[in-house]
Amino acid sequence: MIMSIKVRYFASLKDRVGCAEQAIHSSGLSTVRSIWHAANPDKKLPDNILAAVNMDYVDLDSPVNDGDEVAFFPPVTGG
Amino acid sequence: MLIKICPDMFDPWQEVQSYQQNTLTALTGKIGATSVFVGTMRDFNEGDQVKGMTLEHYPGMTERQLAKIVAQAQSQWQILDALIVHRVGAILPDEAIVLVAVWSSHRGEAFDASRNIMEALKSKAPFWKKELLDSDQERWVSKNTDGYTTC
Repeated sequence: MIMSIKVRYFASLKDRVGCAEQAIHSSGLSTVRSIWHAANPDKKLPDNILAAVNMDYVDLDSPVNDGDEVAFFPPVTGG
Repeated sequence: MLIKICPDMFDPWQEVQSYQQNTLTALTGKIGATSVFVGTMRDFNEGDQVKGMTLEHYPGMTERQLAKIVAQAQSQWQILDALIVHRVGAILPDEAIVLVAVWSSHRGEAFDASRNIMEALKSKAPFWKKELLDSDQERWVSKNTDGYTTC
């Protein structure tokens, strides 16, 4: 099944990827980790990366569904 | 409960006074303790002079995570209300970054809940700081310090 996923990047990761947002349409997307690799085939997944699906924190091996918003970002530094 | 993401400079003391006077009217006679934490921008970090900062956030997720943090605190302590204000955008030294205020009937709950909310905000709320050094170099802050260790 072809899934459409909105991928978002924040802070230093946005700089490293080179964009704030991408839409990917592909089959074989099952987990958050697979979204990263589909969106960034030439970039290793950073060690300290955090991920969210539909604005909730998730593990990198969490499942994704068609239409989800998946976000990747570095450790947070607010406050 | 009120969570505000503020793109402009704010006065934390005015925020506390205004919220208490205008929103907490039903709590008259019930409040025995108000614990307030204000975080402000320093002009130094990691051995460098810092002259400005930009705070980025993830709109929507930020408010969602902060609401969860307050709900978690409400389930753990007897608190009457809470107010969080957090700045985003361009900010200068001495300006307020964050306000956490907690109202309770007793000091123990107010102190413990406000500390817990602040520490959870530091580790869970999706904000990121980019510093502008005196040398005009920009750098992302890579991690927050541990609020429970002294150094």
